[in-house]
Amino acid sequence: MHDHGFLQQALVYLAAGVITVPIFKRLGLGSVLGYLVAGVAIGPWGLRLISEPGTVLQFAEFGVVLLLFLVGLELNPSRLWALRRPIFGLGSVQVLATIAAVAALGLALDQPLAVSLVAGMGFAMSSTAIGLATLAEKNLLPTPGGQASFSVLLFQDLAVIPLMLLLALMSGKSGATAFDWVAAAKAVAMIGLLVVAGRHLLRPLLRFVANTELREVFVGFSLLLVLGIAALMQAVGLSMALGAFLAGVLLADSEYRHELELDIEPFKGLLLGLFFIAVGMSVDVGLFLHTPLVVLGLALGVVALKIVLLYVVARPFYCGRTDATLFALGLSQVGEFAFVLFGAASQFLPRPTIDLLNAVVATSMLSTPLLMLAHERFVVPRLARAAPRPADVISENNPVIVAGFGRFGQIVSRVLGGAGIATTVIDHDPNQIDMVRRFGSKAYYGDATRLDLLRSAGADKAALLVVAVDDVEAALAITRLARQHFPRLRLLARAHGRTDAFEYVEMGVPAVRETLGSALDAAQAALRVLGFHPHSAWRIAAQFRRRDEALLVEHAPHRHDQKKLIAVSQQARADLNALLREEAARLRSAEDGGWR
Amino acid sequence: MPLRVLVLYAHPSHDRSRANRVLRAAIEDVAGVTLRDLYDAYPDFFIDARREQRLVEEHDVLVFQHPMYWYNVPALLKEWQDAVLELGWAYGEGGDKLHGKHFMQALTTGAHASSYRHGGHAHFEIAELLRPFEQMAYYCGMRCLPPFVTHAARLIEDPALEAQAVRYRELIAAIAAGRLPAAIETISSRAE
Repeated sequence: MHDHGFLQQALVYLAAGVITVPIFKRLGLGSVLGYLVAGVAIGPWGLRLISEPGTVLQFAEFGVVLLLFLVGLELNPSRLWALRRPIFGLGSVQVLATIAAVAALGLALDQPLAVSLVAGMGFAMSSTAIGLATLAEKNLLPTPGGQASFSVLLFQDLAVIPLMLLLALMSGKSGATAFDWVAAAKAVAMIGLLVVAGRHLLRPLLRFVANTELREVFVGFSLLLVLGIAALMQAVGLSMALGAFLAGVLLADSEYRHELELDIEPFKGLLLGLFFIAVGMSVDVGLFLHTPLVVLGLALGVVALKIVLLYVVARPFYCGRTDATLFALGLSQVGEFAFVLFGAASQFLPRPTIDLLNAVVATSMLSTPLLMLAHERFVVPRLARAAPRPADVISENNPVIVAGFGRFGQIVSRVLGGAGIATTVIDHDPNQIDMVRRFGSKAYYGDATRLDLLRSAGADKAALLVVAVDDVEAALAITRLARQHFPRLRLLARAHGRTDAFEYVEMGVPAVRETLGSALDAAQAALRVLGFHPHSAWRIAAQFRRRDEALLVEHAPHRHDQKKLIAVSQQARADLNALLREEAARLRSAEDGGWR
Repeated sequence: MPLRVLVLYAHPSHDRSRANRVLRAAIEDVAGVTLRDLYDAYPDFFIDARREQRLVEEHDVLVFQHPMYWYNVPALLKEWQDAVLELGWAYGEGGDKLHGKHFMQALTTGAHASSYRHGGHAHFEIAELLRPFEQMAYYCGMRCLPPFVTHAARLIEDPALEAQAVRYRELIAAIAAGRLPAAIETISSRAE
C-alpha cells in the first residue's frame, strides 16, 4: 500500500463514519447501523472508494478485541464465576439447538448434509461486536438480559475452536488429528500462563509504567498489553477476543481499572466503527440485486428462527419476558465468526453457496439495529405496562469523592470514614495508591482533571467532592470542571496559598488553605512556650484565623490589582496587629476591671 | 411601635432536640425577629464580641432561647454573656448600650412543673433559679419580662407541644408588634 493510498483510505473511513453516524444517531437508528451503511456506501458496490475491504476487516477486528477487554474489565473473577451457568448452560443449549434446527431445515429444503451442517454452525454464531455494542449504547449490559447475551457470546467465542476442528475434519484433511492434543495442551498452558502472569506480573508492570507519569506511555502500554495478549492467543489457536477478555477480567480488581478503561475506550470506539464499516463493505450487493428474494428471504428466515430459538432457551433461565426479548433480539444476527467458519468450509463447498451464505450473514447484521429500534419503540412500552420493572442495578457510589490522596486527602478521608461516611478516592501517583492499598484503603489510579474519570467515580451522584490534590493548577481545573458539569455536586477545595484562595472565593467554593491550620498550631505552641496561658495562646491564634479569613474575602476583588492589593494588605496587617496586641493585653491584664 | 427582637438560640445538639426545634420553627419567620443560632455561628466557642455587640445594638428586645442545663443556660450562651456583656459597653462607665431594652428567656425543662417548688425534686421555683438573669438584665439597664417556660420537654405530647409553639409565636409576635407583657418587678420592689 502506498503512503498516499493509506492517507486516502483513512480520509475515506473517517469521513464516512463522521458523516453517516451522527445522521443515524439523530434519526434514532443507532451508530452500528450508521457504520454498516457507511461501509456499503463506500464499498465496491457503492462509491467504490475502497477496493480491498478484506484487509481492513482483519485490522478492524482489533475493535472487537478491545471491546472484549473492556467487557472483561467490568467483570472481576467472582462475578464471572457467578455467570458460569448462563455461559455454559445457556450457551451450549443455544449453539446446539441452532445447529440442529438449521441443519434440519436445510435437509428439509433438499440441501446436502454438508451444506446444512455448515450453515447451522455459522448461523449459530451471533455478532459479539453488534450485540454488545448495541446493548452498551443503550446501557442495557448490566440488565439480566444483557448479562445473558454477554454469557452466550462468550460461549460462542469458545465454541468456534471445536467447530473449526470439525470443519477441518469435514474437509477431509484429518491428518491434523494427531497434533490435536499438542495444540490443546498449548492452549491450556497459554491460558494458565496468562492467569498467573495477570495475577502477579501485570500490576507491578502497570505501576512501573504509570510511574513515568507520561500519559502517552501508559496509553501505549495499555494497547500493547491488549494486542500482545491477543497475538499470544492467536499463536496457540485461541480467539484473540477471548484472550483480551481474560486479560480484562484479571485486571478488573486492579487500581488501574478506570484509567485502562478510559485509555482503551476511544481506540475501541474507532476500531469497532471501522469493523462495522468493513462488514458493510463486504456485503455482496450484486448477489443481493440478482436474487434479492433469496438473500432477503434467507436472512429474514434465519433471524426469525434465531429469535424464536433464543427466546425459548432463555425463558427457563431468565423468566422475565423483557429480558428474554432483549436477549433474543440482541443476538438474532449472524456474527462475524460465521465468515471465518464459512471461509474454512469453502475448501469443500462450492463457491456460490459460500457467497450466498456470506450475503445472508451480512444482511442479518443490518437487521439488528432496526430490530432493537422497533423493540424500544413498540415492545418495551407494552411490556413495561404489563410487567413490573426489574430491580435497579446496584452501583457502589459513595457520597464523597476525594481527589488526591496525599498527606491532605488521607486525613480528610480518614476522618470522614471514622464518621461512617465512605469515600471514593482518586490519586494520580501510583506509589501512593500502592502504599495506601497495603494499609487496606481503597484508592483508584487516575487523573481527576478528566471529566470522564470524575463521572465514572460517581460525580453526578455524589454529594461532595473534596479537591485535595497538591498541584494548584490541577486543583483549580478540577474545581472548574466539576462546577460546570455537576451543578448539584458540592465542592471543597484545598488551596495552596492566598493567590489561589482568591480564585476559590471568586468562584464561591469553600477552600481550606493547606498550611494555615498547622502554622497557627505552631504559633500557638510558640506562645505557650513563651509563657502565655494555653487558653490565651489559643484565643490569639483563633483571632488571627478569623480576621485573616474575613480579609481574604474582602481582598478577593482586588486580586488582579497588585498595587491596590499590597496597599490594602498592609493596612489590614496593621489592623490585625493592633487587634492581636489588644487581645493579648486584655488577656494578660488583671486591672481592666472586667471578668476576663 | 414595632420592636426588633434578637433571639439567641443555644442548643448544643439541635439535631436531636424536639421541643426547642418546634418552638424555634414557630418564631423563625415572625416579622421583626432575628434568630441567631449560637452553636451554629461559633462551633469553636470563640465568640466575636464586637460583632455580637453590634447585633444587640440593632435590636430592642433580647431573648435567650435554650434548654435548661443544670439550672442554667448551656455553656455557649454563658460564654456569650461573659464575652459580649463587657465593661464599658453593657455596664460600668459608658456601659449604657443596653439601657431601655427588654430581656426575656424562653426555656425548656426536663422535669414536670411540679418539681420546681419547695419540697419538689428541684427544690426551687423557676423564678428563683432565674434570678441571676433577672439581675443581669437589671445591672445592664434592661427590663426583664416573665420567662416563657415549656416543662417536661422530653415527655410532652405532640399536641401539647404544638399548642405551646402557637403560644410562643403569639407572644413573640405581640412583643415584636410593641405589645409587651408586664415586666418582673422583684428587684425594684425589694429596693424600695
